[in-house]
Order: sequence, then C-alpha cells, then structure tokens
Amino acid sequence: MRLYEFEAKRVLAKHRIPVAPQKLANTAAEAEAAATELGGPVTLRAQVLSPKLLKAGSVESAATPAEAAKKAAKLLDLDDGGRKPKGVLVLKKVDAGADYSLAVTYDGTRKLPVMIAATVPGNVEDIADQHPGKVARRHFSALLPFSDYTAKELVSSLGIKGAELTRLTGVVSRLARLFLDYDLTQANIPSLARLADGSFAARDCYMDMEVEGRARQGAILAELGIADDDTRAVREPTAFETAGKKIDDDDPRGIVGPVVEFDGNIGLVIGAGGGSLTLTDAVIKAGGRPANYAAIGGNPSVGKAVALTKLVLSKPGVEKIAVMSNVVSNTRADLVARGVIKAIVEMGFEPKDKIAIFRVPGAWEADAVKILKKYGVDYCDRTVSISEAAKRAVEKIGA
Amino acid sequence: MGVLIHKDFEFIIQGITGREAVNFTRECLEYGSKVVGGVTPGKGGRDVYGVPVYDTVREITAQRKVDGAIITVPLAFAPDAAFEAIDAGIKLIVIITEGIPRRDASQIVEYANIHGARVIGPNCLGLIIPDVCRFGSLGGPAVDCRKAFKPGVVGVMSRSGGMTTEICNALSGAGLGESTAISIGGDPVIGSTYTDLMPLFEADEDTKAVVIYSEPGGSTEAELAQWSVDNKSRLPIVAFVAGRFMDEMPGMSFGHAGTIVEKKLDSPADKIRRMRDAGISVADEIGDIPKLVKERIGA
Repeated sequence: MRLYEFEAKRVLAKHRIPVAPQKLANTAAEAEAAATELGGPVTLRAQVLSPKLLKAGSVESAATPAEAAKKAAKLLDLDDGGRKPKGVLVLKKVDAGADYSLAVTYDGTRKLPVMIAATVPGNVEDIADQHPGKVARRHFSALLPFSDYTAKELVSSLGIKGAELTRLTGVVSRLARLFLDYDLTQANIPSLARLADGSFAARDCYMDMEVEGRARQGAILAELGIADDDTRAVREPTAFETAGKKIDDDDPRGIVGPVVEFDGNIGLVIGAGGGSLTLTDAVIKAGGRPANYAAIGGNPSVGKAVALTKLVLSKPGVEKIAVMSNVVSNTRADLVARGVIKAIVEMGFEPKDKIAIFRVPGAWEADAVKILKKYGVDYCDRTVSISEAAKRAVEKIGA
Repeated sequence: MGVLIHKDFEFIIQGITGREAVNFTRECLEYGSKVVGGVTPGKGGRDVYGVPVYDTVREITAQRKVDGAIITVPLAFAPDAAFEAIDAGIKLIVIITEGIPRRDASQIVEYANIHGARVIGPNCLGLIIPDVCRFGSLGGPAVDCRKAFKPGVVGVMSRSGGMTTEICNALSGAGLGESTAISIGGDPVIGSTYTDLMPLFEADEDTKAVVIYSEPGGSTEAELAQWSVDNKSRLPIVAFVAGRFMDEMPGMSFGHAGTIVEKKLDSPADKIRRMRDAGISVADEIGDIPKLVKERIGA
C-alpha cells in the first residue's frame, strides 16, 4: 500500500530524518503562497499513486510564485486513476554538496531485509544496473534487535568517512528501524541531500506498507489519517469491481476476488489464485478478450457462484461466460455447476447458450457432469488442458 | 527416492482441529501418510481421526521422533507456532497459513536457519512424493490426489498450490509423473526458493527434469536463472510464467500477495527473458509443459 510522498515524509520527520523545506498545497493559491514563503525557484510534485504518473507527468518546476500557481493548477487537475491528486508538494530547490540515495526493502533470495545506499541520487535499482560500483548493500536481521553498526558498515563500504560517516549512519539506522516498525515493504529516499552545514535532508521519499501488516499498524495509520477503507489501489475501483467485492464480503464461504474489469467480451468465472492468472493468459493467448478477471475458489457456496455469474453476465457486451479452473483440491465442482446454472436460469436464459465451456476438475466432478449434461452444457475434464479449454471458449465466443 | 520426505516420514499438524486441517488430516491418513500427532492449545486429549491432539509440540517430541510439522493455525498465531516447532527440534516445517507479513516470514526463516530447520511456505500446500508420502494438503481427497499425482521423473516446484496439482495432473497424463512435487508458496518471502531446492533434486536419482510454475513479483526466477548459469546442472528445467497480462498493469494486485509488479525484476517479461537466456525452456502455453519436458529429456 503506497503512502503519498507527503505522508512518507511525515513518517521520516517523526523519526528524526530531516526533510528538505517544503509545503503541501491544496489549491493554486496555496501553492503560490508556499512558493513565496519558501523563496526562489521551486519544484512542484502532484501527490498521486498511479505508477504511470509517478514515472512521468506529475512533476513541474517554477521560477516564480506566479508560475508555481499556474503549474499547480495544472497538476491538481491530473487524473490519478479516477482520483484527483491529494495536493501538490511545493519544494524549495536546495543546493547540495552531495546527493545520495537510500532504500530498505526485503530480499526474497536471502529472505532478509536489506539496506541499499548509493553515492548518487535516483532509483537504487537503476543505479545498480548502470553504476554498480556506486551502490552498496547490507542485509540485516528482522529477528534480532537492529544494530547501528550494520548501517555503519554499509556507509563505510561506500568509502564515506569522518563526520559524514556518523551522520549518514544515523539516517540509515533510523530508516531501517522505521521500515521494520511499520511493516513497510519499501522505504526509499531517492534523493538525500548533504547541506552546507553537513546535515542531511530528504528531498524525495516513497514508502509502501504491507497490506498484510495493516491490521497491526492502526496507530500510524490513524496518525496519518488513512482510513480502513482507503486501499490505495493504483486506480479507483469501477462499479463492477465494487459489486464483485461486495459478493465476497456478503458470504464468508469460499473466496471471490479480486474482481477486475477489463474491456473485452468474454466473461470469466474462473479460479483461483495461480489458476486465474494462467486462465486469463490462456484466453488472451488464444486471441480472446476477457471482460473481467475474477477468481473464485476455496470451496465457494452455491450462492457465491450465483452472484458472480450474474455480475459477469450482466456486464454490457458479455454474451457468454467461460467457467474454468485448474485441477482443484477443495472446491466442489458440483456446487460451482449448480451456482452458475441457477444464475443463468434465474436471468431467463438457457445455460447452454450462455456457458461456452465448463472445465472445473475437482471434487464431486461426476455430480457436476450430471447437472451439466442435463442442461446440455459443453464441458471438459482434466484430460483437456487449460490452453485447450481456453481455445474452445474463444472459438465459441469470438474475439 | 524423491526429496525431503520418504515413506517413513512422521509428522504432526499444528492447528489440527481447524475445519480445513481436519479434512486434510483425513486425506493424508487415507493417502498413507504417517500423521503422528496434532497440536491445538486447549484441545489436548482429543483426537482427530485417531490422531492424538496435544496442547504443546514438546509433549509429542518428548516421547517420539517427529520429522516434520505442518502449520495451519490462524494468521495471528502462525509465527509463534513456527517458533514452537523449531524450538522442539523439528527440522522440516510446512506453513500453509496465508497472509503472514514479510517481517514475520523473515523472522521465522532466520530462526529456522539458526536451528538447522527448513521452512516450506508460507502460503503453500506442502509437498508430495506420489504413492509414497503426502505432507500437506496438495491434491485434496486421497482418491483425487492419486488421479493427479503419479510416480515419475519430474521434480515440480510451484508458487501456486492449485497449479501444482494442475501441472502434475498434466505430467501424469502424459506418462511422465513426478519424483516430488513441492508447493513452495506464493509470498514474497518464503522459506525455500527454487534455488534452495534445486540441489536436492540434483542429488535425487529419480528426478530427470524440473518443472517450475512462476508468477509475477519477486526475484526468485532471476535467482534461478543465475543459478542455472553458475551451476552446470544435469537437470533440464522447464518453466511457465503466469500472469503475462499483468505486464501492462504495474501496481495492480491479482491473486497471491506476492503477485504484484513492484520492480523491474518482478515482471513476467523480465523473468522469461532471464530464464531463456540461462537455457531454461519457458513454455508459451501451460499445455506445452509435458511436450517440452519430453523434448528436453529425450523421452
């Protein structure tokens, strides 16, 4: 879960990592006032979450307060995946004696958190590709209490000495500790400036909090004003997706989700986990255009299958659905079959006209087959691969 | 042969009285696995299909050898259960529980490393040597499990539990079968990655090829590609990378917690490129896997 830059910087400041002079503005007038107060040329950064905007299009420079107002107005009007930006950060351009970058993340290979520092600013991953000699890494324990010497070893391995070594060690240590304390998956300072007096100030910062860690991070989330239902998705959910989430929330038996809307014509009632990824790929590979992504699994109730089928089939442009899964362990194929057919009948259609293919090899498969045969629905068993089942669905429905 | 488990492998189930655990305890017993005890605090003295339930792991390890533990306790208790098993001297631990934050997963794995224990998972279904031992919930009811998993020559490692069964079903259908299939877990920090397990398959004379199922997110495929270049393995590797459609959707989350493209290394396109450069056969379609394995082993 991505924090906005201004939130991430509040976390830094709370843990005594100084932040370069800045002001958050919610209107063009506020941006103008901020630029006046900060003095001199400023950088304006729209507070957005969309990865595309974060890559390009959300940053401007302004030489004067009037220009800042104009640029801020433009930035505040950006479309951030269906949301408006949460304000614009107005940052004073500060002169730096040196500019470093720091990052803390998990290394899945070593299964440990790792601190990364570079002697140039930017994304540490890119720096590691382009200038491997300018980057150092130091793994540390998430089990034992954090020891500052590990941060010192990291800084020292970059050839940094004297007062700068001790000061930078402090910044890195504090970043590593807050990374652990707040269940972050990334804590990055792409630009850490060394000011004229030798102190450091973060000019940029981003943090991701682990969704699975949110439940125990209530205190900091409340302090930042982040509500429980604020999921920070890269874009706002569509009405279709919200309806999908409601199906899952309404009935605890089995899992429906995530439901994601695409713009194709093939309705997918598929599941689950890795199976859904594979099935969606298989439909696309066969030349089909999925109307949605929807994982159903964990032995769902008939009601859940009914609700999901109705949702998918009522999406404009969807004529038929493909009901497919990987070879499942616990999901009862007969319950899925019952649910899908019940939904279609209740909608006033013939199941054989609406189900392009049914492939759910799992428990109670023989009972599922009986039901499907009764309604004349085309089905296949585990001897037909996911790729083949997807091809049949696409042939029937058309691209 | 096969890896990690064997016909005399004896294990316990922590959280044995949970709804899903009761089911797969029965399934394991019906499959012929040796489930020698279960643990649920406060329910000591009961039994689940004849398997005695205890309050603590040490009550079991004090009286008998225990080779492995399956952890399927609610999320909030999972790290504690893992520490309990490790402290009781159990050396192979399968963590089924989903949704464990990275910090806790990292702590569990580090503690296991200190004590010479191995962790499979979290967020996995365990492992199986077909017709020999099933250690986990792979494959569902024993009768369905026997349909999907057949003894054979392919070592399987999969980040998705469900797709472990799907792929093995296809390999079995093609007459190849599996030496050992391992659901390694879908999380960003897991106890045993492909690279950690490759040397075991390398040393297993039954294994003639390895199939991996991978997903977007994480660096474990890049790590495997590097391992393949560095080690002249006798085993051909065939890989499938799911979620290619996600390449166009950075930051969106589908399926497992681990399946989110956060970094360059995470994207399916990057994984496929790295693995192909390292001589790993990457299947374009899931259905091509058995054919590619046959080509690589000359069967």
